[in-house]
Amino acid sequence: MTSDTLIQALERMVLIRAYEDTLVGLHGQGRAAGTCTSVGQEASAVGVVSALSSEDLILTNHRSAGHLLARGADPGRLMAEVMGKRDGYCKGKSGSLHIAAKEIGVVLTSTIVGGELALATGVALSRATLGGEGIVVCFFGDGAACEGRFHESLNLAALWNLPILYVCENNQWQAFVHRKETTLADSVVPQAAALGMDGKSVDGNDVEAVQAAAAEAVAAVRRTRKPFLLETRTYRLRGHFEPDDQSYVDPSELEQWRGRDPIAVLRARLERDGLLSMGEADAIEARARGIMESAVAFAEASPYPGAEDLTRDVYA
Amino acid sequence: MPTMTVTDAVSAALAEEMRRDPTVLLMGEGVATKRLPLVEEFGAPRVRNTPLAEGIIAGTAAGAAATGLRPVIDLLFAPFLTYAMDEIVNSAGKLRYISGGQFAFPMVVLAQTGAGWGVGAQHNHNNEAWFVHSPGLKVVMPSNPADAKGLLKAAIRDDNPVLFFTDIGLAYADGPVPDGDAVVPLGKAAVLREGADVTLVSYAKTVHGCVQAAARLAEAGIEAEVIDLRTLKPLDEDTILRSVRKTGRLVVVHEASRMCGVGAEIAALVAEKAFGSLRAPVVRLTGPDAPAPASYPLEQAFVPQAEAIESAARGLVEGR
Repeated sequence: MTSDTLIQALERMVLIRAYEDTLVGLHGQGRAAGTCTSVGQEASAVGVVSALSSEDLILTNHRSAGHLLARGADPGRLMAEVMGKRDGYCKGKSGSLHIAAKEIGVVLTSTIVGGELALATGVALSRATLGGEGIVVCFFGDGAACEGRFHESLNLAALWNLPILYVCENNQWQAFVHRKETTLADSVVPQAAALGMDGKSVDGNDVEAVQAAAAEAVAAVRRTRKPFLLETRTYRLRGHFEPDDQSYVDPSELEQWRGRDPIAVLRARLERDGLLSMGEADAIEARARGIMESAVAFAEASPYPGAEDLTRDVYA
Repeated sequence: MPTMTVTDAVSAALAEEMRRDPTVLLMGEGVATKRLPLVEEFGAPRVRNTPLAEGIIAGTAAGAAATGLRPVIDLLFAPFLTYAMDEIVNSAGKLRYISGGQFAFPMVVLAQTGAGWGVGAQHNHNNEAWFVHSPGLKVVMPSNPADAKGLLKAAIRDDNPVLFFTDIGLAYADGPVPDGDAVVPLGKAAVLREGADVTLVSYAKTVHGCVQAAARLAEAGIEAEVIDLRTLKPLDEDTILRSVRKTGRLVVVHEASRMCGVGAEIAALVAEKAFGSLRAPVVRLTGPDAPAPASYPLEQAFVPQAEAIESAARGLVEGR
């Protein structure tokens, strides 16, 4: 990545962090519902999404803020959605858990763990059938990889040559259970080979490494029209859902991963290499806070849906 | 008018709709094997055998439906739908609403069920009411080949997910099917026989028991009106209520188990909206709260038969 794209990546990651920190704060004040944050996973979201083109489609899950904001979602409309307001991307019907934003190519978000894996094959089948260069990117976690649908989806995608980049954000936690309690496998990548698909595991807290691996994988999917499994090894720094005191988390493990916070790592690197001054970095964070102030104002000013919306959009 | 079976009527509807609309495709375990003429006419990409994995078949259909295709999937037997419940109920049924109307799911799920082949409870479970209870879905269950063809054509053209159940016991029953593009609209019941004394409401196989019972009742001077629901959701409330307001007596018949079945909904509907017209309590004749047995006599005993329908209707009319 060039210094400009690295700085852009930092800006996006800082924006995502500011958005989620703001929501945590609003929740604490009773002004917004609790959310599943992706704090600590920003490099994975930004690294992968920055490797996509505008015609590619994204499927994501309940921990989606990073993917949406990396793709250019409006923080105000996201926040309005979390607050259940009419100007949210889903008119307040989704809340935080299943936000889809078709206009920016984020489609069919499912919060049923593994649901996104089952839908991605269909979206890719449409792409393959109706033409177009776009590929499909499906974000899921290590929890979803324990669902049967993981196997079913990868098997079908490999069998039918579906253009899907599967991105397993291995954040070490499956709700309130550590990954080591749920599987003996250290990585999901070997399962790709078993189904006839290529795969790669990458340090998910290093945005440059993620971007490089994703760009290579996207190019391969685009060229071969075959699926690829990319694993980003990262860590969920906050709880499963706000509020969550994380009393079940090993403090030394948490401390170790906090020391590898992807934003702090990137900022330190940019400062060390003389690509960004401390003042410039502080200005990026200040700008993000300003954007969030406007977003909160927009969301809080947005009206709630009306009673007539209760049964609207059930059927087409 | 040509004669064909329900199975052939389904194939005929698929062929006509695939000819009409290039976005219609068929997927499922064995669909390309069993419906070879469709493969020959439309090619392998539009008639796809799948792995034996109902969840991913249904998920693939939902994802494809939301992004420009009109998939029809054959999940074979209704109990297998349990493996696809997330994709049908949580995705296809809810993601339109949850997303504020950003997506539509024009897809059809085919499944067989009902007594007739002695296949037992893991291939025969009339679970259609589960889907009636789930928002965002439509549910169809025809009783004859003409309706099977016409309703499937309507289901494929509908922009919503449609569960299309066919009755195993009717799969190879012949019937007349009109030539041409005879679409039967969803949500419209058929009045198969008019009568002023008692209303018999049913769907699928037990419609035929109602028709037989009505013929015998007529011999005894009792005129039964027979309603074939055809579509369970949306439910044709008007046709049911209009009939009950005329007859004042209602027998609801289905093979599915009684508790929270479609019959319970119809009884409640009539109690709410036509109570003043009722001259006798509503009677439900249903399968028992038991899994479907394989043994032929037990399988037949599971299904409300014409004799029981006749007796129930006669009891209502004669005030027993």
